Amino acid sequence: MVGRKILVIEDKWCKGCGICAAFCPKQVLEIKKEKVRLKDPEGCIRCGQCELRCPDYAIYLVNVEE
Amino acid sequence: MPSDLIHQYMRIDHLPQIWCPGCGNGVIMRDVAVAIDELIQDEENDFDRDDFVIVSGIGCSSRAAGYLDFNSIHTTHGRAIAFATGIKMANPKLNVIVLTGDGDCSAIGGNHLIHAARRNLGLTVICFNNDIYGMTGGQYSPTTPNGDKATTAPYGNVDRPFDIANLATGAGASFSARGDVFHARETTEIIKKAILHKGFSLVDVYSVCPTYYGRKNKKGDAVEMLKWQRDNLIPTARYYSMSEELRAGKKLIGILSYNDYPEYTEEYAKVIAAASNKAKK
Repeated sequence: MVGRKILVIEDKWCKGCGICAAFCPKQVLEIKKEKVRLKDPEGCIRCGQCELRCPDYAIYLVNVEE
Repeated sequence: MPSDLIHQYMRIDHLPQIWCPGCGNGVIMRDVAVAIDELIQDEENDFDRDDFVIVSGIGCSSRAAGYLDFNSIHTTHGRAIAFATGIKMANPKLNVIVLTGDGDCSAIGGNHLIHAARRNLGLTVICFNNDIYGMTGGQYSPTTPNGDKATTAPYGNVDRPFDIANLATGAGASFSARGDVFHARETTEIIKKAILHKGFSLVDVYSVCPTYYGRKNKKGDAVEMLKWQRDNLIPTARYYSMSEELRAGKKLIGILSYNDYPEYTEEYAKVIAAASNKAKK
């Protein structure tokens, strides 16, 4: 079994502050209608910077087993 | 469903928290949860969740005791350290963590702070320092920088600010450190060391308040304020490798002072032992 990580966005908790999008090293996040959106899923390297910086715990990585 | 960490250590039914968009407090609260989680996971410590008590006072920061799912107590304004003193004296084995704000711990509770530090009582005080009274509407606090604006200082603050970490050192704290929101990983490590430290430990964590402090002082939004922290608050290793010129205007993030002065509850236990021996005779 190989584990992999996926990025999850908790829409209801996002306040649209834009911190995750600003500090994303690959610039794959954007704020649309005051909510964060993953605009480039292919470009995301799952580094977890967004999870570390989100004050509202609205974006994070989860391990999934395949 | 939130992440495992949040699910495990926070009261999900109270989330999302009431803090403003971009408020740094959420990140500091997460740092505390990660620090405790890593200390519990580390078998060397033999801690479990019930070995931790979270105590808070009043203010934006102090909402954290309601969100963190531990044995927690949300007390009166400025008195978090007083309540924590009672808890620590009653059961010295507990890791008592006080979450407080700059106003709560250095103005209203300033006396409790300096005397707990003087006694070197084994508490861990984590100050969410956002340079302003946020919850009550943006009044200047003891850490608002000189000249900066607040709702009660429309022409600029006349006072000189406290440096809370140095204040604690001066009052006798045996561990004093500084952290910030941007350097979340470094701050988490500092919080872990503060919790493991036997005597009084204080971590002054620079938060960001984009709503009041940021807006009043034209510091930009939360992102701009965090970029300021990135460029002006420097973790220990890099700070000491910088020349004097480069250090100008910058502040150190890390442990500022540390010593092994005897811890208060241990000294007090000796008094109890001496008194009981005398009573037996």
